[in-house]
Order: sequence, then C-alpha cells, then structure tokens
Amino acid sequence: MPVDTDSLQPHDASREAHSDNEVFRLNDLDVHYGKFRAVRDVNMVLRKHEITAFIGPSGCGKTTVLRCLNRMNDVIDSAKVGGQVLYHGVDLYGPEVSATEVRRRIGMVFQRPNPFPKSIYDNVAFGPKVNGVRSKSELDGIVEESLKGAALWDEVKTRLKSSALGMSGGQQQRLCIARAIAVQPEVILMDEPCSALDPIATARIEDLMQEIKDRYTIVIVTHNMQQAGRVSDRTGFFTTEVNPDSDRRTGTLVEFDRTPVIFSSPRDERTEAYVTGRFG
Amino acid sequence: MSLAVELRGKRSWRMVKSHLMVGLMFLAFLVILVPLVAVIGTVLAKGAGIVFRDFPDWFTKPIPIRSRAKGPGMGPAIVGTIVITAAASLLAIPLGILGAVYLHEYGQQSRPARVIRFLANVMTGVPSIVMGLFIYVVFTLRFGLSGLGGALALACLMLPVVIRSTEEMLRLVPGHLREASYALGTRKGRTILTVVLPAALPGVVSGCLLAIARAAGETAPLLFTIGIVNSTNWNVFSGPNTSLSYQIFRNATDPRAGAQERGWGAAFTLVAITFIFTVLARVITARYQRRRG
Repeated sequence: MPVDTDSLQPHDASREAHSDNEVFRLNDLDVHYGKFRAVRDVNMVLRKHEITAFIGPSGCGKTTVLRCLNRMNDVIDSAKVGGQVLYHGVDLYGPEVSATEVRRRIGMVFQRPNPFPKSIYDNVAFGPKVNGVRSKSELDGIVEESLKGAALWDEVKTRLKSSALGMSGGQQQRLCIARAIAVQPEVILMDEPCSALDPIATARIEDLMQEIKDRYTIVIVTHNMQQAGRVSDRTGFFTTEVNPDSDRRTGTLVEFDRTPVIFSSPRDERTEAYVTGRFG
Repeated sequence: MSLAVELRGKRSWRMVKSHLMVGLMFLAFLVILVPLVAVIGTVLAKGAGIVFRDFPDWFTKPIPIRSRAKGPGMGPAIVGTIVITAAASLLAIPLGILGAVYLHEYGQQSRPARVIRFLANVMTGVPSIVMGLFIYVVFTLRFGLSGLGGALALACLMLPVVIRSTEEMLRLVPGHLREASYALGTRKGRTILTVVLPAALPGVVSGCLLAIARAAGETAPLLFTIGIVNSTNWNVFSGPNTSLSYQIFRNATDPRAGAQERGWGAAFTLVAITFIFTVLARVITARYQRRRG
C-alpha cells in the first residue's frame, strides 16, 4: 500500500483536527427514509478548492449523501438525517441553522438539466434577485460574469431574452451551472451532471469544472469512473450492503482517498473490484 | 417476383378491425360536430341579425317594458352580466387559487387538507339553484336584492372549480423546478410565487376561464338574488339588477314577438361576450408567456 506523501492532505482525514482548508466533515452520517436505512456511518472530510467525486453502484447512497450537504433531503418528508454534517465546523442540521441560508452558500446542479421556463437572462438572474439584488446594471453584470464563468456567454450573448428551453441539453446544463454560480456559493454539488449529455457536452462540463475549481469547492456524484478519474482530486467509493435479516440494502462509504490511490492501489478489495470493472 | 424477405403485411382480421375502429371514431367526431354546429348556428342565425339591426342601440338602450314591442335593447342585462360575473370572479378566483396553493403546496395529505378537498368536491356537485337558495336565505333576505347577491352565489359555484383545476395544474409542475429553486436558497413562498405559479399559469388561466364562462351563463342562482330591472344599474352593491341569462329565460318564455326577438338577441350577445373574453384571455396569457420566455 502506497503511503500518501502529501502531508497537508493526509488520506485518513476523518481523524485529523479541523484545519483551514476543511469545508465539510461528516461524522457517522446516517440517513433514513422512513424506517428504511438508506446510508450508514459515512465519515469523510471534504476540502476547499478540491473536486471530490462519489462513485459506486446504483442505490449505494451517493446522491443521498450529496443531498445532505445542502439539506436538499429536507424536501423529502420521510428523510431523516443522523450523525453530523459539519460545514466549517458548524452543524448543518443544528437547530439554529436555516436550510435556505445553507443552500445559498452551497449550490447544486442536478442530473437532468432543469432550467426554469424563463429566458436565459432570467434563469441566471433568479438567484441574485431572490438574494435582494435589485439594480439592473448590477444584475446585468452578474449575468454576464456567471455565463462567462460557465463558458456559455459567447454562445448566448445575442439571445439572452430567448427561452432557456430552446437550448441544447449541454447548454442547458451549463446554464444551470451559471445559475448556481450567480449566487456566489462556496461549494457546488453536482449530481451526475453529465449523465444526460453526449461526450462532447460532457467534455465541456469537465473542462469547466477544472476552470472553476480554484474558486469553488466541488463535489460530484458520477456513475462514470473515467470521469471521476479525469476530474477529481479525491474519490469516495460507496457500495451497498445487504442486511441478512431484512434483505434491505444500505449504502455505505467503503474507501475515501486521493483519486490516483483509489484507481491504482485501493486498500479495500471491493473498491478494487469496482474500479477494475469486476463488479457493479 | 419473390422477395428474399416477406415484408408485405398480411390481409388479416387485425387490419379490418383497425379500419373499422378508425371509421367508428370518425363517425363519433361527426356526431359530436352536430350539436356544436347546430347550437352556434341557431344562435347566430336567429340572434345576430337582431343585434346588428339595432346596432349600437342594442347595447345601450334599456329593455322595453312592453314585451309586444319590437326593438332594442339589452343594455341593462349586458351591464348586469358583466358586473356580476366580474364581482364573482374577483371573489372566487383569488380565493380559489390561494386555496389550491394551500392544498397542494402546504396541506398536501394532512387531515385539514383532505377535509377541504373533500368539501370542495362535494361543493362541485351542489345544484346551482340550491346555491341560489342558500345565498337568498343568508344574504338577500337581510340585505335585499342586488348584483352582489348574485355574485356571491356565482362565486360559490366557481370556487370549487377554480380550486380543483388549479390544484391539478400545480400537480403538473415538475418537482425538479421546485428543487432548482430551493437549491438557490429560495424560500418556499418565493418559490411558489416566482417558479411554480408562473409554470402553472396557462393551465390555471384555462380553469378560471372555464369557471367564468360557466358562471356568466348561470341563471338559476340569479333568480332570487338579483331581482329584475329594465334600466341599467352599474352599482353591483345595491339595487336590483338583471343579466343576459335571466333575460334569455324571461323573453324566451314570453310568446310575444318582441320578447322572442330580444331572447335570441340576448342569447347571441351572451355567446359572443363569452367567446370574445376567452380569446382575449388566451392572447394575454400567450403574450405573457412569450415575454417570460
């Protein structure tokens, strides 16, 4: 087993004390949907300005964990979160914490591009308007900056007032990224952002992730292992365990490490089986 | 010539059945067309001439007191229909939309929401004349005949229609739009106002139009609540009023020639008003949609 030589980013992160570049720390995260335990005992630390990928077979709880990071699971009535999700040391599920405030800082891009049925401009300006930006010139500036940030400006600058639904799937997904960065979040969560896109559009999104990673912390869920290998700094491998008593499947984190380690010399044999394609 | 692969369909019983069914459907379409064309055609043929013969007096002159006398107009009934339906819409539509938003976005499957939904469904089945009686007892006996009494009765009829159609439209708004809005840190109320309702708008407008069109044609609830006048009364809050639907009923049951004429004229006017209003509302919604992109 190779020793991680990067002393600033030790692989067994959950045992480390809180450091400045730590954004999220998950302590024994448990998620139930009603009585069904979907995910158990996830411990990990996500770092600033890194891209973290979650990989694993379907139903292993990657998306569930991702949606805990900005409290999107609140939207599902039956979902209950146990354990701790610390964001800069603050418990996201603490009694004083407002889910809307959390989501302003931690944006999200979804699996299917989901622009609002409004104009391109109004899609990007939506978040800033909700956050109280009223001045037209300021909004114009934010829209331009965000669209440039999402590498979309040149394609749409002449038709900002036309409907977002008239764009291609890849453009719509970049619009959704522009919409997310328009509220200047610190973190962007991406839930399989390329699964509905063709390889060219996927490559554009991946390039975009590299361009913006020095400004944002990115967590991406992906079914595509090559994608995790290409874009991420760290990878967490999740899998499902079948409970012999109830025959229910519960997801859990098997291994979390720097991406090259996960793909070339994983410590857990289940990880190795998955990344070499022998399972899942 | 024999082909390597036989791709020609067999003349089977299935094909015969297919043609038979398509034929039957076309026949059904023709049958449906008969009442549609007949109703519009009759009203147009018998009413349009009377309205345009006396244009524009038909729309402005009071209703002649002597039913034997031919001639215009229908002014008081046109005004009455417009103010009473408008007042009913102002009462029922905001309340109905708010109620539907509560039911679908907040109440969902909770006990109070289920009770309200059930009562709204029951209310749809209440005959309109019963609704008129109800308003007569609780309102008209105390405050006297007025357009407002009629508007209240019509609003009671419109309310469940607006609630049900709006809730149905809210249900059709995809969940991922709500999620997209929440993910930007938008509160629930703001999400409903800026994302959910605009997305549901065309359907909500359709539902409201249907309710308004039905209310404009209702006669029974107005029988005891608005009374009858032959001169125009713009004031919906006081004094008896009249409506096109009621004038159709009164004149059609009067055998004298003048009344018969005015009955058809009123029928044509009512159909025309409903039609123009529906088209107008559609155009406005379409333009609003385009502006939003």
